[in-house]
Order: sequence, then C-alpha cells, then structure tokens
Amino acid sequence: MFQLVLFFVFGTIAVAAAVNLLAQRHPINSALSLIVVMACLATLFLLIGAEFLAAIQVIVYAGAIMVLFVFVIMLLNAGEEERTPGSRVARLLGFPAVVLLAGLVAWTLLARNPHPVPVELTGRFVGSPSAIAQLLFRDFLLPFEVTSVLILIAIMGAVVLASPAGTATGPGSPAEPPAKREV
Amino acid sequence: MVPISYYLVLSAILFALGVVGFLIKRNLITLFMSIELMLNAVNLAFVAFAWQWKSLNGQVFVFFVMVVAAAEAAVGLAIIIAVFRTRETLNVDRVNLLKL
Repeated sequence: MFQLVLFFVFGTIAVAAAVNLLAQRHPINSALSLIVVMACLATLFLLIGAEFLAAIQVIVYAGAIMVLFVFVIMLLNAGEEERTPGSRVARLLGFPAVVLLAGLVAWTLLARNPHPVPVELTGRFVGSPSAIAQLLFRDFLLPFEVTSVLILIAIMGAVVLASPAGTATGPGSPAEPPAKREV
Repeated sequence: MVPISYYLVLSAILFALGVVGFLIKRNLITLFMSIELMLNAVNLAFVAFAWQWKSLNGQVFVFFVMVVAAAEAAVGLAIIIAVFRTRETLNVDRVNLLKL
C-alpha cells in the first residue's frame, strides 16, 4: 500500500515534469525538468529492486549527462526558442494522436506480455552491485568490452567534431601553424 | 505491491511525451533532451520486466542503454556545437541546407 502511494506520487511528478519539459521555452528550464524526471525514475527503480541502477541513474544520468547538456546550453548561450506557427490541422489532430501513441505502446507492452500480474514474491529480488557485476563480468563480458571501444570512438568523434575547423588535423596533414585562439 | 502494468503504462506515457517533444520543439538541445526522455522511458520498461521475470538481465541491459546514451550525448552535443558554429543558430527550422 505504501509502495503504491510512493509510485503514484513519483509517477505523477515524473509525468508533470515531462509535460513541463515540453511547455518550457528556455532550454535550461527543460533541462531542469528532465533532471526531475530522472530523479523520480530513480526512486521508482528503488521500488522494484533496482538499487544499483537507481544510484547509477542519479550519478550518470542526472549527474554526468545532464551536466553536459547544461554546459552546452551555457557555452552556446542558448536563448528562448522561437515559436514556429503550426497549422490548425496539426493542433487538432496532434492531441488525439499523442493519446493514440501512448495507448498503442501501452497496449503492445501489456497485451503481448504472457505472464500476467501480479507475481508472488519468492525471496528478495534486489539488483545489488555484486549481483549485477556477476552478470556483467561473466555473461555479458563481450558486450561490456565492446562498449569500451564504443566510448573510445565517441570520445574521438566528440573531439574531432567540437574542435574548430582546421585544428583537428592529424600529423600527416599540411603544416599549418596553430592558430591563435580568439575568445 | 505495485502491479507491473502500472509501470508499463507510465513508461508508455513518458515515451509518448518524448516523441511529442521531439516533434514540437524547435531547439536542437531540447530535441536531444526529448530523446533522453524516451531512453529513460525504455529503461523503466526494462526494469519493470526484470522485476516481473525475476531476472537481472534486464537491469544489465539498462546499464548498456545508459552507456550508449552517454556516448550519444557526447557526440550529439559536439555535432550541435559544430552546427552552431557554422549556422549561428540552434533553431532546427533554419538548419535546412546540406551545404553552406
């Protein structure tokens, strides 16, 4: 019962923050709304035995990734977003289409689920760090190692893309004096 | 006990809101945040199914989704910076040419 109350409280806050993300016009407000959504999802993870993921959700998602977003918003000095006038047909058909989409996703998840709810609890089911590590470093060792290559490529891609044109050239490229960086 | 179906419905709602954000927002960074919202909704469904089947594999998948999301955010934000450098705007309506 107490868990149900917690679920509804944090689920409502998550949906409200997601709607706020859409309603806000300044990207920094949207980013803060997204952080609220992620924190609420972390508590929901705690309710269904994903303790390690709840911590990772706060540290990696709400911490690292959103800091990256906020940093880029600050760097680019992003202002209020300009409104593009939409057609009336889009406005009339948009809301039913959203409800239809949510219903379709929910129906697909629920109707094709062969194991009906609720499941009786046999013992504690907790995704503790040691249990996750057992899986990650034994059964999922190859995907884990491939992920490290993915991250390396992402780092290199980010460095090449974000550096100003001409400075990210390799040693084989024509000699070019390192340009004085203007502020 | 919270029924698993509640979690799945919440996940569907959040995913639909992410899709809406991707369609109606005009700021490149906000579009990116909508994608993150969709990824979070999928993570919630993964964790709910892991709870239902009493299998930790779903939680490990969430771990991998988070890693891919981090890599995607790094590369995507670098692309946004490159776009801003050439176009001087973050409005997707103005980014409509393949070539300058």
